[in-house]
Amino acid sequence: MANFKVSYQEDTALFQNLWVKSWLAIFVAAMIALPFLMSRYQLSILNEMGIAVIGALGLNLLTGYTGQISLGHGAFVAIGAYTTGLLTGALGLPFVIALPLSGLMAALLGMIVGIPSLRLKGLYLALGTLAFGFIVEYVLFHWDLTKGDMGMAVPKIGAGGFVIETERQYFFLIMSFAVLATLVAKNLARTKIGRCFVAIRDRDIAAEAMGISLAKYKIMAFAVSAFYAGIAGCLMAHYQKWIVPGNFDISLSIAYIAMIVLGGMGTILGSILGAILITGIPHGIVFLTDAFRETYPSLSGLIVDIKLGIFGIIIVLTLLFEPQGLFGIYRRIKVYWKTWPFKY
Amino acid sequence: MNQEASLQLEIADLSMSFGGIQAIRGVSFGVKKGEIYSIIGPNGAGKTTIFNCISGIYRAKTGSIRFESRELIGLKPDRIAQLGISRAFQNIALFKGMTVLDNLMSARVHLMKYGLIGAAVYLGRCLREEVQNRDEVEDVIEFLDLQPVRKSPVGSLSYGLQKRVELARALAMKPKLMLVDEPVSGMNLEEREDMARYIIDINEERDITVILIEHDMGLVMDLSDRVTVLNFGTKIAEGVPGEVSRNPGVVQAYLGEAG
Repeated sequence: MANFKVSYQEDTALFQNLWVKSWLAIFVAAMIALPFLMSRYQLSILNEMGIAVIGALGLNLLTGYTGQISLGHGAFVAIGAYTTGLLTGALGLPFVIALPLSGLMAALLGMIVGIPSLRLKGLYLALGTLAFGFIVEYVLFHWDLTKGDMGMAVPKIGAGGFVIETERQYFFLIMSFAVLATLVAKNLARTKIGRCFVAIRDRDIAAEAMGISLAKYKIMAFAVSAFYAGIAGCLMAHYQKWIVPGNFDISLSIAYIAMIVLGGMGTILGSILGAILITGIPHGIVFLTDAFRETYPSLSGLIVDIKLGIFGIIIVLTLLFEPQGLFGIYRRIKVYWKTWPFKY
Repeated sequence: MNQEASLQLEIADLSMSFGGIQAIRGVSFGVKKGEIYSIIGPNGAGKTTIFNCISGIYRAKTGSIRFESRELIGLKPDRIAQLGISRAFQNIALFKGMTVLDNLMSARVHLMKYGLIGAAVYLGRCLREEVQNRDEVEDVIEFLDLQPVRKSPVGSLSYGLQKRVELARALAMKPKLMLVDEPVSGMNLEEREDMARYIIDINEERDITVILIEHDMGLVMDLSDRVTVLNFGTKIAEGVPGEVSRNPGVVQAYLGEAG
């Protein structure tokens, strides 16, 4: 396909040619049609994935792009969830105000957590963020306001008499935010912000010598990442209707790490693929064990253990055979078809 | 007094030590605007340490470094870079995960003023500045003949090309003064001649002062307006290339004591 560009703006456009644009049209059409074709259970899986995509994008901007390992991403999701829980529940604020505030609250704490990153690198930073995760969990358990283990009810999303209730309505809401989050992440990645992030990851001393302020952009990376997590947490809270601190423990942070590692570090598409895969695997396993239950009745008792085991195996195998994650596979296929039928 | 005023970079009595090792002691020299000034000396003489002090990566213990009569010691590296001092590193320090184009664009962050929100929507000022900076970066790409590899990831380029991208990145910063650390080490003759040509072009056409560290004596003698010789952290000679190469102290430092 002819691909001539006559301006620099065209050269950096997100949707470069007719081919990409037609795929985009198919995607949008599918997004509109799917909720009317799928069952409630299937839609609930997609909704879960949509929220995970937002969170994974945030973590990938921080860990994949900027190279700052965070084991506390789940805690930022928790902060978003509890902020909206308190704002819409206790204070009765509408969702449209609570949503940005949950993001901003998480971003503010993200900036504070980011400060040690100016001194700490690699494993030490990972430990610092891990500690932050435990602190948040502890506070949520013991603070009167958050009601600890008893959990907290989160009101439904409503605006001017209209209340979002059905799975289908949630689907449209969550997917619009997921798409918006993706577009913003893509934009950040192709501007100076994204270049600063990658520069800091690749060679921080050279980045500094090129006039990039490490302090500013590292803290910014933490803030943006936490903002994404806060938004994901806010949507998750309203969608689940009920939140307990246990939802946001270390396993959530690790699930997010798994998403970006499996999907592809430092790529937007990787975050999305990883989020879909990691959210999808448990449902896939349930589906399979259901199918085999008749023949092997003992399987259903083991399902929880099998789930974790298969999960682990998938991650180990991916790391072994495709260290660049799903994005690596995607790129290989793309290169293959670009030159097809020639070898190179 | 006249001479004082024309000095763009003035280093006075600079000393730096790591633990017990005195890397540079009491080094002073001045670089005039528009000059190609070389620093030579045997390995471990403290040449790169001086660069690291100028660009703020190390903080010198004593002495002063004044750039356009502004003290640099104590400033952060990114501030110093923004004042107009760029650097091409000796052991290639490119951003490996980016293309050549993005590497050069990332040297222009201080020239783009849009903020986070602007970047998130990629409209208005952000778009305008991105396009404009891209235009100027394309000039640099053309200047150093990097057009064919513009969109290649730097990791996939040959060593010689990576060195050239390193130089291009320093140039893309739109500096007034460029610190170039061993630009031709490990290169073949042809690549060396190309590199020499580029450095002269940068100096003459773009009117950028160049401070050069290099082991290749032929290159140093051909290019430099003035040369400083370091040995064990102290300055042993300074002057025009011809003078310096006849200086007995320099000959001794390089070739050892006459038997």
